[in-house]
Amino acid sequence: MDFISILSIFVLACFVGYYVVWSVTPALHTPLMSVTNAISSVIVVGALIASAAAGVPGSKWLGLVAVALASVNIFGGFAVTQRMLSMYKKRERKDG
Amino acid sequence: MGEAAVAQPAWVLLAYLIAGVCFILALRGLSSPETSRRGNLTGMLGMAIAVVTTAIVHLPGTSVTPIASPTIRLIDWTSIAQILIAIIIGGGIGLVTARKIQMTAMPQLVAAFHSLVGLAAVLVGSAAYLNPAAFGIAAAASGHGWTLYAPMSAGALRHFMAQYPRIYPVSRIEMGLGVAIGAITFSGSVIAFLKLNGNMSGKPILLPLRHFINLGTLAAIMGLIAYFTQDQAPLVFGLIAALSFAIGFLLIIPIGGADMPVVISMLNSYSGWAAAAMGFTLHNTAMVITGALVGSSGAILSYIMCRAMNRSFISVIAGGFGAVASSGEAAAIDRPYKRGSAEDAAFLMSQAEQVIIVPGYGMAVAQAQHAVREMADLLKAKGVTVKYAIHPVAGRMPGHMNVLLAEANVPYDEVFELEDINSEFAQTDVAYVIGANDVTNPAAKNDKSSPIYGMPVLDVEKAKTVLFVKRSMGGVGYAGIDNELFYRDNTMMLLGDAKKMTEEIVKALG
Repeated sequence: MDFISILSIFVLACFVGYYVVWSVTPALHTPLMSVTNAISSVIVVGALIASAAAGVPGSKWLGLVAVALASVNIFGGFAVTQRMLSMYKKRERKDG
Repeated sequence: MGEAAVAQPAWVLLAYLIAGVCFILALRGLSSPETSRRGNLTGMLGMAIAVVTTAIVHLPGTSVTPIASPTIRLIDWTSIAQILIAIIIGGGIGLVTARKIQMTAMPQLVAAFHSLVGLAAVLVGSAAYLNPAAFGIAAAASGHGWTLYAPMSAGALRHFMAQYPRIYPVSRIEMGLGVAIGAITFSGSVIAFLKLNGNMSGKPILLPLRHFINLGTLAAIMGLIAYFTQDQAPLVFGLIAALSFAIGFLLIIPIGGADMPVVISMLNSYSGWAAAAMGFTLHNTAMVITGALVGSSGAILSYIMCRAMNRSFISVIAGGFGAVASSGEAAAIDRPYKRGSAEDAAFLMSQAEQVIIVPGYGMAVAQAQHAVREMADLLKAKGVTVKYAIHPVAGRMPGHMNVLLAEANVPYDEVFELEDINSEFAQTDVAYVIGANDVTNPAAKNDKSSPIYGMPVLDVEKAKTVLFVKRSMGGVGYAGIDNELFYRDNTMMLLGDAKKMTEEIVKALG
């Protein structure tokens, strides 16, 4: 893909992000931060490419460390988000 | 320019696009608590798609071409094992942390996670710098394309450079930006973590000439990235990274504790831009989409936090808020105020029709959220309507109070945001302020000389009675200013630890 195609995707995604994030309820702003944390670790893709590539050992080891760091974030981020979200409960209406 | 990266098959591009869409849906789900859990699962699915796709395309292997036969690819099991070990170690640490972390410590955890994204971006950028061919961002060293680019640098480097593939100039800018933003995110988040975790004072640390130093460093980084397109020497790359680490550190050091919600949102945003820049470098749509989402998310949260404090983004970044804590304190202490006991508070609240609880950071510090919920349950059993009012900057990160109350089993439909509940204080019998201070200060409305003038505040003083839980009369809020509310006729100060005081009220109610 050329630079302009990627730039187009990027700019459109910024707009999508703008509208989607404004619609997030303020009560869920902390889970928003933890889940954005988890998804921004999609950078693991780059880390995997580096650690799978043969030829340059230094690059490979940097990649492996990055895989481990990103994994902390992916697993930790999604898990802590799920934990938080499971705490949000509606009022129990026992008395009608 | 030979800009085309290694062509990726269509299905791979589509898979990354789907991953990106999953991430959009994950954020979309957060528009209400009911849809949020499904949204989070969609996010996990997106991540799985991205990782599996990458694993298939970049399966570690070595190509062997036996004499007069097609190339055979051998799977490199050692590399696969190493990658799996890295994932298991990282994932294990992540899962254990996520399970054990206390909800009051969420701001620190998020700061720590941000730092990891930043560091990962720096490492991926460095890996791409060392092995650009693997990422498809360089012309082969032996090809003729590279001589068309800028002249080589100094003679000593000439030999060294010739061995390395020439990275495309556009990729160098993207890589330089990615590494710079990643490094700033890392060191900035480390400082934010240390401040939030209490390893470092929350007070702003003001270096002389800091604006000059910061602007100079930023300019130097931009200049180096521009120069990097002409000269891909390791020294240039290293300097970009080193200066960026330094500026992240310098930028966050002067920012005080009260501004942490803005800082943490801003670093959230940076971690997104770092991912986006790496996505540009690697021509990966999933990373670009995610980076854009996270970047805008953090930027919007920073904006909401700044608006809630009536402070401009620039003034927050410039730092120094809360540095004037000691001025005028002596005058404040002498003023008369009413002091009440837990029994008085219990009596007043049990006689009320409606009680609004206003929690703040102090409630988190004292871990009083469970006691508060117990108190609310007892009041509800007596027929009192109980609501919670949350100021956007209550706590140390956006939405901090909501999570703490949710943890204490407070139903989220009893919890209201500032603009939804502010008009109700006038019809409320008791406002119970616990651990909040500046966000209730009427000076923001009527004292033009106050540093927080113009900040939207909760109109607690309009309630018939204000019960204000505070450790002692001496201390002031994080903005370092006295609160007019303490000395009002309808305010009763409940001096003591937030948790103990609330527990005593629970006892008196029971």
